[in-house]
Amino acid sequence: MSHQTPDPNDEHGSVYDGLLGTDTSQWAFGTDFEDPLAGVDTTVPSELDAAELAAYCLALGDDALVLSHRLSEWCSNAPDLEDDIALANIALDLLGQARLLLARAAAADPSVVPTLPDGSPVPVEDALAFFREAVDFRNVRMVEVANGDFAHTVARLLLFATVRLAAFERLATHADPVLAAIAAKGVKELTYHRDYAGRWFLTLAQGTEESRRRLLAGLTGLWPLQAELARAYDAGPEVDVVLDQVFAVSGVERPDVAPMTGRGHTEALSRMLAEMQVVARAHPRGQW
Amino acid sequence: MTATEDEVELQAAFDGTIARNDRIEPRDWMPEGYRRTLVRQIAQHAHSEIIGMQPEGNWITRAPSLRRKAILLAKVQDEAGHGLYLYSATETLGVSRAELTEMLIEGRQKYSSIFNYPTLSYADVGTIGWLVDGAAICNQVPLCRTSYGPYGRAMIRICKEESFHQRQGYELLMTMMRGTDEQRAMVQESVDRFWWPALMMFGPPDADSPNTAQSMAWGIKRNTNDDLRQRFVDMTVPQAEALGVTLPDPDLRWNDERGHHDFGQPDWEEFMQVVKGNGPCNAQRIAHRRRAHEDGAWVREAATAFAKRTVGEASAPVVEEVAQQPSRNPGREGT
Repeated sequence: MSHQTPDPNDEHGSVYDGLLGTDTSQWAFGTDFEDPLAGVDTTVPSELDAAELAAYCLALGDDALVLSHRLSEWCSNAPDLEDDIALANIALDLLGQARLLLARAAAADPSVVPTLPDGSPVPVEDALAFFREAVDFRNVRMVEVANGDFAHTVARLLLFATVRLAAFERLATHADPVLAAIAAKGVKELTYHRDYAGRWFLTLAQGTEESRRRLLAGLTGLWPLQAELARAYDAGPEVDVVLDQVFAVSGVERPDVAPMTGRGHTEALSRMLAEMQVVARAHPRGQW
Repeated sequence: MTATEDEVELQAAFDGTIARNDRIEPRDWMPEGYRRTLVRQIAQHAHSEIIGMQPEGNWITRAPSLRRKAILLAKVQDEAGHGLYLYSATETLGVSRAELTEMLIEGRQKYSSIFNYPTLSYADVGTIGWLVDGAAICNQVPLCRTSYGPYGRAMIRICKEESFHQRQGYELLMTMMRGTDEQRAMVQESVDRFWWPALMMFGPPDADSPNTAQSMAWGIKRNTNDDLRQRFVDMTVPQAEALGVTLPDPDLRWNDERGHHDFGQPDWEEFMQVVKGNGPCNAQRIAHRRRAHEDGAWVREAATAFAKRTVGEASAPVVEEVAQQPSRNPGREGT
């Protein structure tokens, strides 16, 4: 019982001050919108087709945005505080990837950005996220289906992070230096996402009868969408190697269910976007 | 029962530590009443962080810009983190997180009544940051000096993050006030709803606060409810002016003689009703927490079963194999 207590007026008194100060460095996330690509040369290299690059970045950005939304729905609902925090972390990482990729798409081909009323201060990333119709979203169906239980989320995250990580490792040397830099940053994040999902996959597979039953149900339910996910990311054999390894240590068989036919979206997306876009669309000239 | 000589000595050492404004640490002797009061207060604080995730979490999926979505999600995540440190602080007093969670969902322990008010517009995210986190900071900064070491140290970190949140909330409101007329009206409407509940966060007037005197004598509490409420009002008035909103109190005015603002009293009858469980969201908040806890039971059971099975077994490399993929990024869990 010997620790001298600090004087709050020296060390912590400052938390009372500051709202009216002029030092902008005290504001987390800055005091205003900043283009996530500010200061970056966004010229598209001459050997690339700008419209194709934009479409590709939009697809990668939409996957991240939509799955981030689904993961953020876990906030205050996770099985334990540690997982609430971890799932929010992953949602934040994917949201960060989405912002960069949407901004990249808009810079490469401004015609992808929806038109807003004259004088609208909405930044391009928000125009793309909040003012596009569901039919114009390029994400795979795997990321948009509604959340199930925690096992469903773990299975989806394992499949998604494994496929996306393999693709981002390749994209880190893409001819577009902006996309290459975004991918290189994403590799570290996705490695953690895959690790988190892989650990829980094993734990649930070998935990209790109930957890195993739920995990297999989640995995089997998602598997029909795996082929579309793999195709969208040009997944090579390295993805199967990783998944087979996780399945093997977990004692889980690769599901034997046929790929889902069709293309585009499930019914879940427009409902999800109705919620996501409601405030932004009510205030097309609003500032946030 | 008469105290033994040992107990008299222990009590004297404890009293000396409190008198010197030093910290009591988990292995130190402490009176049972002190321990019980701390458990009650820290648990109530931890529960407030966890229940407090709900009103703002309500808007994460509807945040109107990607930047605001990131700010809000990170903030609500911080609250989960605060809950985690505070539950850890109570564990140093011999009560587990699981026990405290049971107490919360059975309604045997309380949390801050402010979270029993609904969030009805996105402006509420800003108002909660500005007024609710602002009031929480006024309450909590003095607790950095509280006599129990683990609590005081947790509060230092929490206060720094709360002050970040307050700035973010105020910044959202400032931005909205620069926007459209509809946005300015949203901000004013939100401030009108949250002003009085924010003043209630300091607790009942000193004359009606039964625990204050003992808590102050023990150095757990450092200022009275009315002192802190006054400090909050004085701090907030110029901020409201800078923002361009009106605080909904006709009696609010500067008193030159006192060097403080005079202000009206919140509706203490409403306060008592909310404390008793009759607020707009009491039932909803507890039902949400209970559902999340119960829905997660099978996951926690699976983790326990898996950990038991793999302890000291040769099957440990199974985890390694998954974990040690090339280029894995360790150490993210706590960020």
